Amino acid sequence: MESGGFDTHIIFHSIPFLAKGMLLTLELTVLGIGGGLVFGTLLALCRLGKFRALAFAAGTYVNFFRSMPLILVIFWFYFLIPLVVGEEVGAFQSVLTAFIMFEAAYYCEIMRAGIQSVRVGQAHAGQALGLTYQQNMRYVVLPQAFRNMIPILMSQAIVLFQDTALVYVVGLSDFLYSADIVANSENRLMEMYITVAIVYFSMCSLAQFLVRNLQKKFAHE
Amino acid sequence: MAKMRGALRVGLSVAVLLGLTGCAGDFRYNWNWSILACTSENIDAGCIGPYFFWILEGLSWTIAVASAAWVIAFPLGSVFGILRTFDKPILVVVPFVKSPIYFRTRAIGTSKGIIWVNVAWFLHGFANVYVTIFRNVPLLVQLFLWYFVFPELLSDEAGMWVKREMPLPEFWTAVVCLGLYSASRVAEQVRAGINSISRGQQYAAMAIGLTPVQVYRYVLLPVAFRIIIPPLTSDFLGVFKNSSLALTIGVLELTAMTRQIEEYSYQGFEAFTAATVLYIGVTAIVMVAMRVVEGRVRIPGMISLEAK
Amino acid sequence: MNETKDTTGTDGGGMIEMNHVGKWYGEFQVLSNCSTSVNKGDVVVICGPSGSGKSTLIKVINGLEPFQEGTITFNGVSVGDRTTNLSKLRSQIGMVFQNFELFPHISIIENIKLAQMKVLGREDDEARNRSMELLERVGLSDQRDKFPAQLSGGQQQRVAIARGLAMDPIAMLFDEPTSALDPEMINEVLDVMTELANDGMTMMVVSHEMGFAKRVADRVIFMDEGYIVEDCSKDDFFGTPRGDRAQLFLSKILTH
Repeated sequence: MESGGFDTHIIFHSIPFLAKGMLLTLELTVLGIGGGLVFGTLLALCRLGKFRALAFAAGTYVNFFRSMPLILVIFWFYFLIPLVVGEEVGAFQSVLTAFIMFEAAYYCEIMRAGIQSVRVGQAHAGQALGLTYQQNMRYVVLPQAFRNMIPILMSQAIVLFQDTALVYVVGLSDFLYSADIVANSENRLMEMYITVAIVYFSMCSLAQFLVRNLQKKFAHE
Repeated sequence: MAKMRGALRVGLSVAVLLGLTGCAGDFRYNWNWSILACTSENIDAGCIGPYFFWILEGLSWTIAVASAAWVIAFPLGSVFGILRTFDKPILVVVPFVKSPIYFRTRAIGTSKGIIWVNVAWFLHGFANVYVTIFRNVPLLVQLFLWYFVFPELLSDEAGMWVKREMPLPEFWTAVVCLGLYSASRVAEQVRAGINSISRGQQYAAMAIGLTPVQVYRYVLLPVAFRIIIPPLTSDFLGVFKNSSLALTIGVLELTAMTRQIEEYSYQGFEAFTAATVLYIGVTAIVMVAMRVVEGRVRIPGMISLEAK
Repeated sequence: MNETKDTTGTDGGGMIEMNHVGKWYGEFQVLSNCSTSVNKGDVVVICGPSGSGKSTLIKVINGLEPFQEGTITFNGVSVGDRTTNLSKLRSQIGMVFQNFELFPHISIIENIKLAQMKVLGREDDEARNRSMELLERVGLSDQRDKFPAQLSGGQQQRVAIARGLAMDPIAMLFDEPTSALDPEMINEVLDVMTELANDGMTMMVVSHEMGFAKRVADRVIFMDEGYIVEDCSKDDFFGTPRGDRAQLFLSKILTH
């Protein structure tokens, strides 16, 4: 259907191109979550650990990244990574590094809060039963902490998915940027941006719905 | 495989970065901090522009966007947050209309022929829809919708005014967009704050005869806003950081200015460092100020409001 | 509403009249066919196992909880009627809660003044004087500028009683007023309540304090699984409780 105001033809026409962009968005999201979780766990362990210096370093790291806008972090790494590696590595690697470093700070805080949300009495009860520190962590504290933080970790994943749209500023062809290319070359801004908004909205709402169901399931157990 | 090599390289660079934090000398990069002091155009000193003033101007725009957006976000978010805690029906009778049949839903129903509407249901639902929409579309996409699409939906004249004729169109678009988006986050905090207050408080307030409005005004809100000072502070800092997105529609705020200095001087890291220090500085000031506020309004004898 | 007909003293019924009240939480019935009547000056103690509906029974009286079946009138005003001004009705009934529910962000005296000024429209001076009078009566006048969290549980509950009395209510409802208190604080609260009863206040008290019931109550209501199982004079109740459940409950409570 084609009308003067809203041209749906251009949307269908550009689906393959947009799909490629979405693939990159998802790739960035998945790798960002994976890397961010690994690095964030490490940071959380440092922050809660017994070594003062490590805890301080991890704390500084977290506060540092949480004070900065993601766009500035992306700019930093976009220019920094090639210098560190010593050769051109491409925007994708730079941006992915930025996401991992940035998100790790947030994941660290979520995990720290999760572990601290377990009441002290629980740890004491475990100790009173004669569990060792490791056993207490493994069987009493961490399972509860994990349950508390899973929904928040999931929500943060949705936030990261939305944040990946910021790679627009370095011209990486993610979903938004691909749509932007079509929008400008065909002069169909309204159609493309509305499409982008609807797609993001549907995907995030669906994810949110799944997270909520999961949350309910956890609450029942 | 290329993907594997890419991932490996990312891992390596993270490791190297962590190892080398501070060892700036290893980069093949000529640091020239003096460019940050450029107050006028002076080619010999490497100053193509007054970079110092650019950064200051950028900081001012950043603060202006964030503050103006917060002025929208805080009251609007509070209202939506409060609406989302309405769990009791507020029934309003539709005048002059009689219903011959009996029906009853959560939203509307009849009673002896009179049609009533549950206003609370609609307000609550509206606030929910608002929050869902604004939280599930990336902020950058929202910004593009406001800047590129919104004027097209208006009449030619109004669209033209929004795009060109109104003063500072980019600035105000960014402010409105960021304000409406952040309102959805404030709404979440306000709702959570009110809901964290025990049900008994509400009962007690009602039992001494306070009207529903008075229950919120004198009992629930004073406590809820105290509880949510820390999360609201981080929401405000979120607005402050998110104001950097305004650069995509041409607002020359702090991050945009550093990017511009990079383009002019090829001394990007100095500019990025300056911006980083300023962002961290403002964040620190806000956090300290809010901690003072929190201390000022702390309720004597209360260790933690949430504990109860 | 707004026209508060004074029906007390007439033989049309008591101050509080409940007729065949039923209440559901979804599928679950919390109150079944509850009927009772409380006259002016009566002190009625309501007891029963946990989950029997006692707290709900007194919360429906001032409309804190809605009910789906039957009627309740307070002083001639129908509680369940949609046109009733519940805020005004509630201002005539004092209520004391298990967890005190003082407002944490304002001082003791402000807690007592709040509703006097906002609901009754009293001036600051008048409200202050009345509050001090009541604080004196519950023995806490020296604590007036402290905040709730700085007081012991027993003190908080006495303030809560003063807050209810400040509205010059014609009846008081108590929802397990001593069950959140440490044992050594229970008596200071019960003493205040006893004094109040002796002054002729109409009271409904959900409590397991059988000593208090024996001393002060005119009547005892025993509830089980949402039903009013026993509703009789104090002497009948402690003398010859008829139902097995009440018997069992009493033996458990009294041997504690």
